Amino acid sequence: MCLAVPGKIISIAGDDPIFRNGRVNFGGIVKIVNLSYVPEAKIGDYILVHVGFGLSVVDEAEAKKVFEYLREMGELEELKEVSI
Amino acid sequence: MKYIDEYRDADAAKKFTVAIHKITSKNWTLMEVCGGQTHAIVKFGIDELLPEKITLVHGPGCPVCVTPLELIDKAIQIASKPNVIFCSFGDMLRVPGSQKDLLMVKASGGDVRIVYSPLDAVKIAIDNPDKEIVFFAVGFETTAPANAMAVRQARALGIKNFSILVSHVLVLPAIEAVLSSPECRVQAFLAAGHVCAVMGFAEYFPIAAKYRVPIVVTGFEPLDILQGIYMCVKQLEEGRFEVENQYARAVRKDGNLPARNLVDEVFRIVPRKWRGVGEIPESGLGLTENYMDFDAEKRFEVSEYTAEEPAECISGLVLQGIKKPNECAAFGMRCTPENPFGATMVSNEGACAAYYRYRRHLSKIQTAEGIGV
Repeated sequence: MCLAVPGKIISIAGDDPIFRNGRVNFGGIVKIVNLSYVPEAKIGDYILVHVGFGLSVVDEAEAKKVFEYLREMGELEELKEVSI
Repeated sequence: MKYIDEYRDADAAKKFTVAIHKITSKNWTLMEVCGGQTHAIVKFGIDELLPEKITLVHGPGCPVCVTPLELIDKAIQIASKPNVIFCSFGDMLRVPGSQKDLLMVKASGGDVRIVYSPLDAVKIAIDNPDKEIVFFAVGFETTAPANAMAVRQARALGIKNFSILVSHVLVLPAIEAVLSSPECRVQAFLAAGHVCAVMGFAEYFPIAAKYRVPIVVTGFEPLDILQGIYMCVKQLEEGRFEVENQYARAVRKDGNLPARNLVDEVFRIVPRKWRGVGEIPESGLGLTENYMDFDAEKRFEVSEYTAEEPAECISGLVLQGIKKPNECAAFGMRCTPENPFGATMVSNEGACAAYYRYRRHLSKIQTAEGIGV
């Protein structure tokens, strides 16, 4: 139910606080999404979309941190000791 | 797709798995709160990658599963009326009521429609001015902003033939209910990432401190979940109980303020019954006085109806993390997605349905044996 899918904003229409919407591309499927809750979102941004609403602009720098975290754990060297 | 595929990378998942094995020295029980996470865990077999010492129990975060029987019955009563177009997310149609489900109402001629968004229901109301359009507003905090906006737009557009049957529930009281149960065995939580995208995570600080449990806001892809588990286990092993945010690409500390503001305008906090659990105080949302004219319960005079839940289904215990689906005698035998006893077997995100779909009924107890760790 709380599924939210990331998609890329390809156009934005209107500036009314409750009707502002945009076309969002989800890997080739384009849907109209209400953008009222992401007033900061711009064309080209990725947003998380839940039941037709943008809820959050994806932070690209934070998105990479999962992989940085992996490196920081220093697992790359230690992995050689243990194998799955 | 960007922001999905990279979080399903098998090599990175393996590295996290090895790291979790390396830091785990004691037995720990973690709960993922959200049904979407339960689904991902079982679908990707994440629980089977973990050390035997780590047990994942599945939380109450499936709104379809926790919607009480009497609200399903109310939905059926409203949907059966001749002049009503009843709109709902698809999951709700097969949830059994006392006598039947919404799909059976549709099969017998009722106008029951599956919609993707509550705004679709508003559009149906515009297109059908001579009908009453009712939207079944279920969901957690993630969905509340969407349903609040549907009502807000309906008012702005002067739409009189639209109302919502509200069954909104809140995550935090459910977590507190789990933690305060004498049977609670949960030592750390993966908090639901998309709920926190709306609400932020400041409200978890007092819970983590009061119950001395680590809470890690976690996303939904395999790497997110593995990292969330790693962060929980690391805190447990080090004796810490902090709130951490694994899902920072989507979740900010204060959440989404425009969304929270509209939810506060349209909804107020009310007591709610949870299916299989009972009433939890201050655990749901209802319409505020200012928006009461959009309340379908009032409009169709079903507010007073109550129903007793059948005793045979253990979904309440599953939802509280006390039992696992395959510990139920009926699971996969008499209770299946085709013939569900309870809502946890109906919803795609229900723990029982996830276990059944990914064949966990074939081997009742899954362990990490045989993966060579």
